[in-house]
Amino acid sequence: MSTLIAEPAPPIERAGRSRWTWVLVSLGIVVAVSAVRVITGEHEIDTPGSLRAALIATCPILMAALGGLWAERAGVVNIGLEGQMILGTWGAAYFTYFYGPWVGILGAALLGAIGGALHALATVTFGVDHIVSGVAINIIGLGASRFLAEAYFADLDGGGPRQLTGLDRPPSVTIPGVSDGATTLAEQHWFIVSDIASVVSALTTSLNVMTVLVFVLVGVSAWVLWKTAFGLRLRSCGENPQAAESLGVNVILYKWVAVVSSGAFAGIGGGFLALVASSGFVTNQTNGRGYIGLAAMIFGNWRPGGILTGSLMFGYTDSLRLRSTSAVHALLLLVAIGLIVLAIYRYLRGSRTQAAVFGVAGALFLVWFLATDSVPREFTGMTPYLATLLVLAFAAQRLRMPKADGQVYRKGSAG
Amino acid sequence: MTIVNRLLGALVAPLVAVVAAMLITSVVIAASGSSPGEFWSIIASAPADRVYVNIVNQASMIFLSALAAAIGFRMNLFNIGVEGQYQVASYAAAIVVGAALLPGFLNVVLGLVVAMLAGAVWAGIAGVLKVTRGVSEVISTIMLNAIALTLVGYLLNTYGLRAGNSLRTTEIPEGSQLAGWSPFLERDGAIWTLCVLAIVVGIAFSFVLNRTSFGFDLRATGMSETAAVASGVKVRRMIVISMLISGAIAGLIWMPALFGAAHTYGSTFQYGLGFMGIAVALLGRNRPLGIFFGAVLFAFLNEQSNRLTLESDISQNVVQITQGVIVLAVVVAYEIVRRRQVAAEQRRVRTQLDAAKPTTDEAVSA
Repeated sequence: MSTLIAEPAPPIERAGRSRWTWVLVSLGIVVAVSAVRVITGEHEIDTPGSLRAALIATCPILMAALGGLWAERAGVVNIGLEGQMILGTWGAAYFTYFYGPWVGILGAALLGAIGGALHALATVTFGVDHIVSGVAINIIGLGASRFLAEAYFADLDGGGPRQLTGLDRPPSVTIPGVSDGATTLAEQHWFIVSDIASVVSALTTSLNVMTVLVFVLVGVSAWVLWKTAFGLRLRSCGENPQAAESLGVNVILYKWVAVVSSGAFAGIGGGFLALVASSGFVTNQTNGRGYIGLAAMIFGNWRPGGILTGSLMFGYTDSLRLRSTSAVHALLLLVAIGLIVLAIYRYLRGSRTQAAVFGVAGALFLVWFLATDSVPREFTGMTPYLATLLVLAFAAQRLRMPKADGQVYRKGSAG
Repeated sequence: MTIVNRLLGALVAPLVAVVAAMLITSVVIAASGSSPGEFWSIIASAPADRVYVNIVNQASMIFLSALAAAIGFRMNLFNIGVEGQYQVASYAAAIVVGAALLPGFLNVVLGLVVAMLAGAVWAGIAGVLKVTRGVSEVISTIMLNAIALTLVGYLLNTYGLRAGNSLRTTEIPEGSQLAGWSPFLERDGAIWTLCVLAIVVGIAFSFVLNRTSFGFDLRATGMSETAAVASGVKVRRMIVISMLISGAIAGLIWMPALFGAAHTYGSTFQYGLGFMGIAVALLGRNRPLGIFFGAVLFAFLNEQSNRLTLESDISQNVVQITQGVIVLAVVVAYEIVRRRQVAAEQRRVRTQLDAAKPTTDEAVSA
């Protein structure tokens, strides 16, 4: 009996430790970024404007990743995220034009959910291979959004066969007082102080409500999936559907809910692109962000905190390359520092080969930084994909996807 | 009886899928306020001579692309990266052929070899990552697609020649251009010489898969990996080899167009053939004959839809919906047919067992 009571203790201890680790890591990042900024003089790497742009670039990726998380936690691989996202861009544009931005967001979710339902019908009900269905949905999504745009937007005000501009945006919020103060402080370019002020300024100056919504959705998803009975059952469908069914969980229903939600989230991500990230709808607006979202989810080890980190990283590099190419060059130094710190950490933890790999990589980045003046714009565009490939190649043992992910489940196969 | 059943199963699914796609397309067109009848009469009308030529050219490239995807699919290897592989390969081939290292025809051969090698290398990365690090080929090939796109874009931006608003590689020498054969008038265009690659690769594909021990191992691995391992198939080696072959075929996809019409890698490069190939491979059930019909169907829809813009108010993009629905419907239909066959088999076995039962009961009572 005593062992039963004693058992829950270790996780609590670990949670406490990891919270402190997070605080330390965040602090370390701020110091490192600030140091790089001061050394290179590239203030653009964390001005409020850069951070705001990064936040806006992050949201669509984050929503796609969140969509992926919902589906894959229930055991359904969803590479149709791209297609569902594209449907979302059209839904957002159409419903915003006629009913305003709030209904527009719902419209984006609705169109994405339709794509998700299609995926659920094929994979969950008919047991089609998940990848096959995803490929088909991407084709349908792209074709449908183009077709619908031409059919419905061509004759609208500000519209054309391939676009719809001049849409109302969801409102933005600026917190008076805090915003001005933080922005002024950020412009002083002081060590650390200005960096923190930049973050505060970015979060308090013309922050779009939809951005807030995105982060709220991530938080709510994390809570629902990990802290409620519903979430436990949903995740059990992704880990061991046979066991779940034998305990009375309606596996098919849960998978349906998860995949339709997945599509809805991806759709909202697409809606964000049309409503907040740019000045309207254009065909093929997602431009592979569904795939980046998928990458962010894998990079984030199928966990909410991880996908948040991955999406922020990918969004940041994506936005920075459009703002300042020289700041991207400064990032090389940051990456070098990060890798060297990681090498030292791994060395202290007793893993010498890994330490050596990270050390060499860090040194290479340092050489790259010192030997060149700029980074080709295209290379930063590759970052998400390369980072994911490298993480998969070198840290695959640490990744743990849901156990029954991608497997077709048939009702009654619990026997 | 079983052969008839199987044939029926193989034919019923695609037919049902095409009918379903036609219905859904009609509904979509009607819902957007246009006339489905108009759409189908335009699509089904006799193609112009020029369009016939285009259909043959497009179908050849789609066929090659589908074969590239199919060889992986046959062993449950999802090479989603055909798109990136043929991009890298086409660029590499255009560079090498443009450099005119060898005279005339030899240059063409060199170009094809380079294309196959480049495609194989790009696909091989995913294969090696899979067997050494356990990385899912689906994810790695998706990532490699994006990397290929940016990498080729970077190389073209850095080393490309400026031609008007766009960049391109050096034009291939005249002696290495293969214009092809014009079945109609000169102005209707030509069927590119290298479309013959589709026939060659199609036959080779069929031969290797059905007549060699490698092909047998590959199919065995696809049907049951554990059984294949038990019978001595080296699955890891098979994965790498089939990825390499898949990439090499992918490298050839755009070659007919490169030597036949484009002559350089630039704004005339045709994107999207890789994903279309995947769709056609699924439609044709990864068999050369099925893929052939699928490729012709897709090429036909693509080319005929061009007329929609001129002759009606229907967007030509609607055929993409048709194509996507065909693929989704066909895989669903195959799955339903398969489940029915399994159920029928189980019923048959049960009736046999039930028929056998009384005798055992008698034996027990006796």
